[in-house]
Amino acid sequence: MALLTEEQIMLRDAAKGWVADKAPTMSLRKLRDTGAWVSGYEPGAWKDMAEMGWTGVVIPEVFGGSEFGYRSLGVVLEETGRTLTASPLHATAAAAASALLLGGSDAQKQAWLTRIAAGDVTAALAVDETAHHHPASVALKAEKSGAGYVLTGQKRFVPDAAGADLLVVAARTGGAPGETAGMTLFLVDKGARGLSALPLHAIDNRAHADLTFEATPAEVLGEVDKGWDVLAPTLDRATATLAAEMLGTASQAFEVTLDYLKTRTQFGQLIGSFQAMQHRAAKLFTELELTRSCVEAALDAIDAGDKDVSALVSLAKAKANDTLHLASIEMVQMHGGIGMTDVHDAGLYMKRARVAEALYGSSSYHRDRYASLGGY
Amino acid sequence: MADFGAEIDAFRTETRDWLEANCPASMRTPLTAEETPWGGRKFKWKNPDSKLWLDRMAEKGWTAPTWPKEYGGGGLSGAQARVLEQELARIKARPALFSFGVWMLGPVLLEYANEDQKREHLPRIVRGEIRWCQGYSEPGAGSDLAGLQTRCEDKGDHFLINGQKVWTSYADQADWIFCLVRTDTTRKHEGISFVLFDMSTPGVEARPIKLISGESPFCETFFSDVKVPKSQMVGRLNGGWDIAKRLLQFERQNISAGGFGGAAGLELEEVALAHVGSVDGKIADGDLRGRVAAHRMDARAFALTVRRVELEAKGGKGLGPAASILKYAAATLNQHKHELMLEAMGADGLGWEGAGFDSRNVRETRAWLRSKGNSIEGGTSEINLNVVAKRVLGLMDHQ
Repeated sequence: MALLTEEQIMLRDAAKGWVADKAPTMSLRKLRDTGAWVSGYEPGAWKDMAEMGWTGVVIPEVFGGSEFGYRSLGVVLEETGRTLTASPLHATAAAAASALLLGGSDAQKQAWLTRIAAGDVTAALAVDETAHHHPASVALKAEKSGAGYVLTGQKRFVPDAAGADLLVVAARTGGAPGETAGMTLFLVDKGARGLSALPLHAIDNRAHADLTFEATPAEVLGEVDKGWDVLAPTLDRATATLAAEMLGTASQAFEVTLDYLKTRTQFGQLIGSFQAMQHRAAKLFTELELTRSCVEAALDAIDAGDKDVSALVSLAKAKANDTLHLASIEMVQMHGGIGMTDVHDAGLYMKRARVAEALYGSSSYHRDRYASLGGY
Repeated sequence: MADFGAEIDAFRTETRDWLEANCPASMRTPLTAEETPWGGRKFKWKNPDSKLWLDRMAEKGWTAPTWPKEYGGGGLSGAQARVLEQELARIKARPALFSFGVWMLGPVLLEYANEDQKREHLPRIVRGEIRWCQGYSEPGAGSDLAGLQTRCEDKGDHFLINGQKVWTSYADQADWIFCLVRTDTTRKHEGISFVLFDMSTPGVEARPIKLISGESPFCETFFSDVKVPKSQMVGRLNGGWDIAKRLLQFERQNISAGGFGGAAGLELEEVALAHVGSVDGKIADGDLRGRVAAHRMDARAFALTVRRVELEAKGGKGLGPAASILKYAAATLNQHKHELMLEAMGADGLGWEGAGFDSRNVRETRAWLRSKGNSIEGGTSEINLNVVAKRVLGLMDHQ
């Protein structure tokens, strides 16, 4: 674990400024209320992100990135998480970019990472097929067809996939669902034959989609039957960076609530002077501090290539899940009636919280994984 | 961490070689409660290696690695102390000394004591010659510590102390006490002074209190007409509250950094596997397994936070907000661990003593009972939460 470098502090401050200026929660409301959520983002915002270098934070310089690493990407996502910024940044620059980085051939990296870094394309990682995150259960079938492969099957609730130009898809070339062997990763172009995307109007108004593949042509990413070797570390990277975004969301939910405790009066007192409120606020603050340590440790472990990455990632996600869950509930409760109204942001935070908690594994999924990694 | 490159590498090599040559083999085994090295005039050394290990470490000043050499400390920089810590951990060395003098009193003496006091007390703390106890709480002053009533009167050439302390850790085994006393009855916080005196002074009596765990780590301590030389007041008259608070910070930090627990106990998941059984290598009771994992994750989160607080402090940011939550988190965590441990042991964990029960399990059961004090001692969890709410979060007092 390390302190932020000067570069990272600059990155954070720039992100803080941009988010306040260009992506307050009002932007999310606009996406929701105009129906523009289907595409998941405002093109102007995505262009800004690319110009600020956010799209290439983990991408090597030869492909147009800055290679600042995952901790740095986490620093940015924490800030976008604060205002619930709807963008393909996580899906593209963290999830899909990691798969390309870890499994891509030079040609594939050249073709896609450069365009991701430049902000010319967006991408998404399609793994789960049922209601819960369980990557080993992939069943979507990949079959040889001529020189290449075609995919047939479905993916459920793929994060930010509705408008994605490129899909990284986990499919089965061998083995049975539940086994990690026999999995292969594929690249599928948005316009590929037999691919259809159903945009999902979910509670968080992000551009998630169900995907259907009917003999859809696909290009192998990495080695056939050994997709798990790339998918597992890719999921760790996607999960840890999502936890960073969630830490930002939880921190903001807490700070907004704390401000309210300092302004709302009842019985002639500020409600924040009541001990029933003070102790709950202090406990939530405690959870936030503990969660921050886990998220930073997981991201640093990824950058350092530690052996212990998977356990730390499960730790970070489980803590981020539980803390954001608590923060979102307390945000509504401590605001009282106003927290139940649509005009207040509390509902937006709670809705995004539940989606983020489910993506890349619930707390029970990660506790089970942590215990298994620990040999019990 | 390679702040000083070659220099720190050299220190590491030197330290490693020294530890290899000087740390006795039995000091590289897990510490047991009976062999906890408290030192002091009355201490009985169960294992002669413990004494040897203490003397060797004290000779280098490494029982207080960052204290100045002139007071017997190691004179190490933060980076060097970290290396020493890592090298000690590498060979699983036991701590050479358990000491309220090192953890609590020494740091405030370095800040507040005069030169004579530093020269008299610090080297003896480093060498483990004097065991200290803490005279803080009183029957009427627990969470509201500043309400303390123990009187200290100026009798011209000496102070005269009358009153009672309670929850004085190991007062019956300690040689000296650092004690908060009232020197002005007309003001609350500004009427408190900080004095040091020998527990063998006439008029001092320590009576152990038997706890629910069967142990007596705490005493009631009585003072009747105890004469104390005036040179033994630290800081100025009526200026003791600042010192008291500073010392509490060190106490809470120390509790926080090490967590609660002391001697190494059994590992929770191993106990669960052994007593509940396993299926495919997993704890057979799925619900318990989930809660064991949740606890282990909380423990990891806590350890990472301690590490982060240390890093931020070294990074020149001082003690950040994360430091304030550590004592509360440590208490909650340790109590939760012991509840799970008891549950995992089942009937095997319900023994008090004697035949039919494994002594290691009995020790865990006693530790479970002892852990209930964690959220009370050194500031209750409720007081800790008040402090976080007011000082860190800026929430206001009720009018």
